[in-house]
Amino acid sequence: MTGSRAGLSTWAAYAIVGLGALTMLAPFYFMFVFATHSRTEIFNLPPPLWFGDGLGGNLKILFERLPFWRNLGWSLYVALASTALTLLFCSMGGYAFAMFEFRFKQPLFALVLGTMLLPSFMGMIPSFMIMDALGWIDQHRALYIPGAASAFGIFLMRQFASTAVPRELVEAARMDGCGEFGIYWRIVLPLIKPALGTLGLVTFISSWNNFIGPLIVMRSADLYTLPLALRSLQSPVNTEWGALMAGSAIATLPLLLLFALSSRQLIAGLTAGAVK
Amino acid sequence: MIPSLSPRWAPYVFISPFLLLFAVFGVFPLCFSLYLAFQSWEPTSGLGAMQFVGLENFSFALGDAWFWKSLKNTGVLALASGVPQHLAAIPLAVFIHTHVRWLRDGVVGAYFLPYITSTVAIAIMFSSLFSTDYGLVNVALSALLGGSHIDWLGEPLGIKAAIALIVFWRYLGFNMVLYLAALQTIPKDLYEAASIDGASGWQQFWHITLPSIRPMVYFGVTLSVVGGLQLFEEPFILTGGRGGVDQAGMTAAVYLYRMAFDFNDFGGASAMAWLLFLVVVGLTWLTNRAFRPRGGGAA
Repeated sequence: MTGSRAGLSTWAAYAIVGLGALTMLAPFYFMFVFATHSRTEIFNLPPPLWFGDGLGGNLKILFERLPFWRNLGWSLYVALASTALTLLFCSMGGYAFAMFEFRFKQPLFALVLGTMLLPSFMGMIPSFMIMDALGWIDQHRALYIPGAASAFGIFLMRQFASTAVPRELVEAARMDGCGEFGIYWRIVLPLIKPALGTLGLVTFISSWNNFIGPLIVMRSADLYTLPLALRSLQSPVNTEWGALMAGSAIATLPLLLLFALSSRQLIAGLTAGAVK
Repeated sequence: MIPSLSPRWAPYVFISPFLLLFAVFGVFPLCFSLYLAFQSWEPTSGLGAMQFVGLENFSFALGDAWFWKSLKNTGVLALASGVPQHLAAIPLAVFIHTHVRWLRDGVVGAYFLPYITSTVAIAIMFSSLFSTDYGLVNVALSALLGGSHIDWLGEPLGIKAAIALIVFWRYLGFNMVLYLAALQTIPKDLYEAASIDGASGWQQFWHITLPSIRPMVYFGVTLSVVGGLQLFEEPFILTGGRGGVDQAGMTAAVYLYRMAFDFNDFGGASAMAWLLFLVVVGLTWLTNRAFRPRGGGAA
């Protein structure tokens, strides 16, 4: 970095990159600003650019139209259940693929990777039918059980376990008479904690945002998760935009918080398949 | 606690949840959907009412004007959102890689943030921004450029533009992070040697940077193609689940959904799903041909 030309190009780069970043953030900003304005204010000319005092009114409408806290509770419940099951199943599977030799290991792992490539629309109709056959329509378990042994999770766990778990340690524990499940629970799990954290974050967020799943299986508005509940507020005429924005903002808040606390870990986790 | 799990059987026990869930929620439904593609069936009339109709569902799909329209919409949207994504993500990543030190995590985070937020909240937000008379996009456009308001969500072209913009906005940061990761693996001395030889910044970009990140371009474009062909949530929310004016926002996945859950034709929808699957496989193969990192390249 010498001379004024380099300095100038640095400033230009900062300006372009910075302006772009602000543009990326603008929709979030307006989501929160609009959440504090009534429907008529949002569509005033010029539209509001700064926070107003309509949040209370918007929340009142929101709570009249939706069992909002209940919807939020279901979202939380499904996301937590999904995270717990995914961590358990994927760490077990990833550990097996990383540390054991067994028949059909290669084809089975190829199968795991193959399921990652299957387009989501292929599952739309069949998954409705299987849920119907199992009697899981309108049941939350239909949202957190089917995806709990995700290919992405098993892959992530395998990559991490194969470098983080020393084979000698596992062998030594086996010599000392520790059972296989004990080895997994007491030795492997603590060693792969960082990867569990990453997978947990990714799973929680994708469950929190899941829309297609509940759209296909959930029927009662009382049992809806947040994305589905918010969508039901939208109508061709007379959408209560202020209330809808307030609801969307509340639904987005936990994600912003998680991201602020762990953006590095999250970005690394979400792009893990690519970078590894 | 399981008392004696022998090392011989342990791996099978450990992968059994995957095998079980995959069999019940993956293999079985998929086979059933293939079977269904050759049947005429409405779910309301019970499993007994299924009727074998041979290739009728497929010939119906291939003769259905809406099916072709939805395919075309999907292709147009995938191109209109996918191509700019990569054309913008690559220079952006290079800029950040070479110039941005201060606040770097914050900047990368800002671009990445849309990727982790709920599509529903985002699509709802954008439908208010794109409102015709008082939406912020139109207000800003007419303040900057003058002219009359665009009926974004009421015109075929406007709907497509709005959807493509949301998808672009959502995935730009994701692609950028991929390219940043690829850029970090390029050895610095390559650039130093090129500078000594008198190569300009542009020449270095063209002859060192681009060839080096080629494998990542292949990977990123494949993800965009596969993802673009599955586009569902953004158009679904933005058009109220119906495809919008003149079905301009009806992607193949949205049509599939409507076919099954609005029109109750599960056989037809299954046939379309398999046809669409063939399209995805074909296009993935083409992407592979076009961008695959060649052996002996600078990787």
